[in-house]
Amino acid sequence: MLSVGDFIVLPSQNLRKQEARASRRRSIDRWFGRIGLLSTIGTLGVLAILLLNLAASGLARIDWQFLLSFPSRRAAEAGILSAWVGTILLMIVTASVAVPLGVAAGIYLEEYAAKNKWTDFIEINIANLAGVPSILYGLMALGLFVYQFRFGQSVLAGGLALACLVLPIVIVATREALRTIPAAIREAAFALGATRWQAVWHHLLPYSTGGIATGVILAMSRAIGESAPLITIGALTFIAFLPPAPILAQAPFMSFDWLFSPFTALPIQMFNWVSRPGEEFQSNAAAAGLFLMLITLGMNGVAILLRKHAQRNIKW
Amino acid sequence: MNPIPAVQVSGEKDIAGVEVKPEVKVEIQNLSFFYGRNQVLRNVSLDVPAYQVTAMIGPSGCGKTTLLRCLNRMHDLYPGNRYEGSVRLHPGGTDILGPGMDPIRVRMRFGMVFQKPNPFPKSIYENVAYGLRLQGMNKRRDLDERVEKALRESALWDEVKSRLHQLAHNLSGGQQQRLCIARAIATDPDVVLFDEPTSALDPIATSKIEELIVEMKKRVTVIIVTHNLQQAGRISDRTAFMYLGELIEFGETNRMFTNPAKPQTEDYISGRFG
Ligand SMILES: Nc1ncnc2c1ncn2[C@@H]1O[C@H](COP(=O)(O)OP(=O)(O)O)[C@@H](O)[C@H]1O
Ligand SMILES: [Mg+2]
Repeated sequence: MLSVGDFIVLPSQNLRKQEARASRRRSIDRWFGRIGLLSTIGTLGVLAILLLNLAASGLARIDWQFLLSFPSRRAAEAGILSAWVGTILLMIVTASVAVPLGVAAGIYLEEYAAKNKWTDFIEINIANLAGVPSILYGLMALGLFVYQFRFGQSVLAGGLALACLVLPIVIVATREALRTIPAAIREAAFALGATRWQAVWHHLLPYSTGGIATGVILAMSRAIGESAPLITIGALTFIAFLPPAPILAQAPFMSFDWLFSPFTALPIQMFNWVSRPGEEFQSNAAAAGLFLMLITLGMNGVAILLRKHAQRNIKW
Repeated sequence: MNPIPAVQVSGEKDIAGVEVKPEVKVEIQNLSFFYGRNQVLRNVSLDVPAYQVTAMIGPSGCGKTTLLRCLNRMHDLYPGNRYEGSVRLHPGGTDILGPGMDPIRVRMRFGMVFQKPNPFPKSIYENVAYGLRLQGMNKRRDLDERVEKALRESALWDEVKSRLHQLAHNLSGGQQQRLCIARAIATDPDVVLFDEPTSALDPIATSKIEELIVEMKKRVTVIIVTHNLQQAGRISDRTAFMYLGELIEFGETNRMFTNPAKPQTEDYISGRFG
């Protein structure tokens, strides 16, 4: 006679096998979790050591004297005034060229251009441009802006070189921000009689500002640390004067002479100090590096806040 | 392919038993539509009566949405789409597919309500005001008045009057859809197109929208795509049955549901396919 137990034998053996397999999968899962955690800690650790190292040798050097002095042969009297002013002027040029051009190109490619082989080709090439070594942008700028257009080894030429460098980043960020807006929102605007431009201006741009601004800030924090293209076009490493002021006391109150002034920038000043012998110049370099790092971290922080703030009111 | 001529039976009679021809609002003539090389509508001819609700039914993929979107030229937004035939808007009888007709002008006369509520991530007020602003209205007082009117007509005013400047996304799904209706009717369009407007809503929200549509036909002509036959039966005056891109039968809703003239219509209505 068969008892109930006879029927259960087979399924329960199966169950045991399944249980064994499941526990193996769980252990793989656990191991992967551990490895992932380790690599995360490792990466963050390296970053932390880098920061601590810079802080240890540079922090003591950062004071008003350091921020407000020109470079000098005597390490203790040297400062980064011309470097950070140069960096800010460069960023102004870079942003005022790369942002409008990049956002416009992103809007065009995403909202206006037909999707065909030609635009696929452009898309691939923009992605490629983002990967071109920065020194090549420097060479291009040297030939084009410095010699061809005769801008000289100026803030303008340097800013334009950096603008070319980060343009692909801005374009890609713009397109990605636009792509997160559902088609239904565009259609709602079009169905009410909006033109493409009105849809962009009234809806798509406002709804993607957070994403675009984040991309722009990340692009700028890439540009701010670049030295290769600036050295290539001939930025000076020792500058003991400031470019002419953009704001004047008497009419016309504005001047663009600073655009054509020679310049230096933070990474170049750093590079200059690092290549000098002597403990003191090394700590100057570390201080300049720390300052640059803090600016970059600050910019990334602003990017995060901006995205949070802009995204707060936007749900689909 | 040989187009099947649609049977058009009016059926409405006045007291003396004389058939009453309703005024035609949208006259669709031999309309064919192509997504690239893919022909999706085949020679559709249909007279949409003014101030009535016309329902379009048919199995999924038969071309209801495609037909609806021909009427406000939404297909122009995407490359490779092609229309043939004509769609005349009465009175006047201008062909909205005709050469030189600006799709933007067409869209300003046809409101559209989509399958899923799609309010802009702006305030309730700005959602309703947007169409008016596009048409050049910018005086606060005019806008206030028209926004209130549209919200009243979409039975939303009492629920939102105290929070007009809050985000539309804080509303429930049904309220959002009524907001989209308010947005579509704020500019006083001639025709309002609905594409399965209740398919994402619960039964209570659905019945509110249905009431609204019936109420609305006093002021506008309504065309509604629905896959819900009961809904078509409840709210429409006329029904068009489509199948594989063709209009099979078009007539008074009661008559179509009780006494369809075509075997395909009967099969669909009795649930034998679709
Ligand atoms: N954008 C498009 N491109 C190509 N084919 C489409 C597109 N949209 C719909 N179709 C096709 O057209 C036919 C009709 O679709 P649709 O009008 O959405 O049907 P319905 O609304 O009746 O379900 C379907 O076969 C569908 O696959
Ligand atoms: Mg559909």
